[in-house]
Amino acid sequence: MNPQLTADGRLRHLLTLDGLPRAILTQILDTAESFMDVGEREVKKVPLLRGKSIFNLFFEPSTRTRTTFEIAAKRLSADVVNLNIATSSQTKGEAILDTVDNLAAMHADMFVVRHSQSGAAHFIARHVAPHISVINAGDGRHAHPTQGLLDMFTIRRFKGEFHNLTVAIVGDVLHSRVARSQIHALTTLGVPEVRVIGPKTLLPTGVEQMGVKVFHTMEAGLAGCDVVIMLRLQSERMKGALLPSAQEYFKFFGLTPEKLALAKPDAIVMHPGPMNRGVEIDSEVADGPQSVILPQVTYGIAVRMAVMALLAGGTTA
Amino acid sequence: MPASLPDVDPLIARLATTIAPTLTPDTVIVGIHTGGVWVAERLHAMLHCALPLGMLDISFYRDDFSRIGLHPQVKPSNLPFDLEGRAILLVDDVLHSGRTVRAAMNELFDYGRPASIRLAVLVDRGGHELPIRPDFTGLTLTVPAHQNINLSRLDDGHLTLSLA
Repeated sequence: MNPQLTADGRLRHLLTLDGLPRAILTQILDTAESFMDVGEREVKKVPLLRGKSIFNLFFEPSTRTRTTFEIAAKRLSADVVNLNIATSSQTKGEAILDTVDNLAAMHADMFVVRHSQSGAAHFIARHVAPHISVINAGDGRHAHPTQGLLDMFTIRRFKGEFHNLTVAIVGDVLHSRVARSQIHALTTLGVPEVRVIGPKTLLPTGVEQMGVKVFHTMEAGLAGCDVVIMLRLQSERMKGALLPSAQEYFKFFGLTPEKLALAKPDAIVMHPGPMNRGVEIDSEVADGPQSVILPQVTYGIAVRMAVMALLAGGTTA
Repeated sequence: MPASLPDVDPLIARLATTIAPTLTPDTVIVGIHTGGVWVAERLHAMLHCALPLGMLDISFYRDDFSRIGLHPQVKPSNLPFDLEGRAILLVDDVLHSGRTVRAAMNELFDYGRPASIRLAVLVDRGGHELPIRPDFTGLTLTVPAHQNINLSRLDDGHLTLSLA
């Protein structure tokens, strides 16, 4: 049984996009569409989650993701508490659950969890009382479902449909929870061709089994693409044996205007942020007319509002 | 209780006739999704309103959200005008408890401060639970609490009332 769904098939937690039915993904995207104009009104709030308490549990630092979750919760009129917990004191699972139990005793209704270890959000979701929902805001290399959803929302806004697209995901797929969530969502929503492009050392072995085509050069991989998703290259990868240098990486896999010209003329460029300019993406592309990187940030708020609203509703039935 | 419900078109025509003398040039018509929008579209055309039609989906303002959750098909609200200082004619298909209208008014005030809000409904079926009464009514009925009166739209755009 999918731990994210209730017995009658409604969303109970959001932990991963893997195995979520298309109808639920579409429902989240449609609901997010309705939240889009709230940010532009005189009063940028709806009263949906009035009286609910949402705890942002960040065991791994992230200013931007935490901020967009916080804004989303506040626009739904929830009360938000941010906790940045140093991982050093939380190495044991028991300590995490103690923290969760204490917050539940303060009548928490929802936890937004980010942790450097894969499976942390699942671990908490299995532990909490039935009325509490958990949202995974990124766990290790495993999943980052709200990022995957906001990327789908962005693609749908600019391209309209999924069934006629070729989408390329470029870079460090191996270490990327974002890429995994994107691949699950793209295939579930019916994108006929999902490509991954990167050096062999940064693509997971057996990635083809996720339903993607593998390319090792930008020239071959970008040809005919409608959507180009660049991944952040973690600087620590350069220290190991995986890559020679940032300059070398940029030469082969950095997105420049010349390489982008290989994709369709109306292709959009996405990036989950924060960007390494001059490593995976050229500033001219990042700030250029095909970039939708800042709209992604704006849409992220509406998508997170939709997820929170769907999780919080109907729980006292 | 009438065995068959009256045709919708004459009811809307009657509504339009009673509303017409009260309209000012800056009145905006706002329909509540879904049935209220259908009625509002008709009134908007019959009354020759210069300003665009507004549409409200009150899903985010419902008072039963924590009990039943989000409506599966939330539509975006669309109010393509500044509400500040405007006279608003709020339109719904059926007035029952009054909770939908309360939610709609709460939402309207999050867009700005209107000068006035008046309420037009196709059917007032009784069973009010809040001090909300329509200013314009197409039809007044008493429907038992266990029954619902619904407005539906056929493929050709024709509106019909039914009792279930």
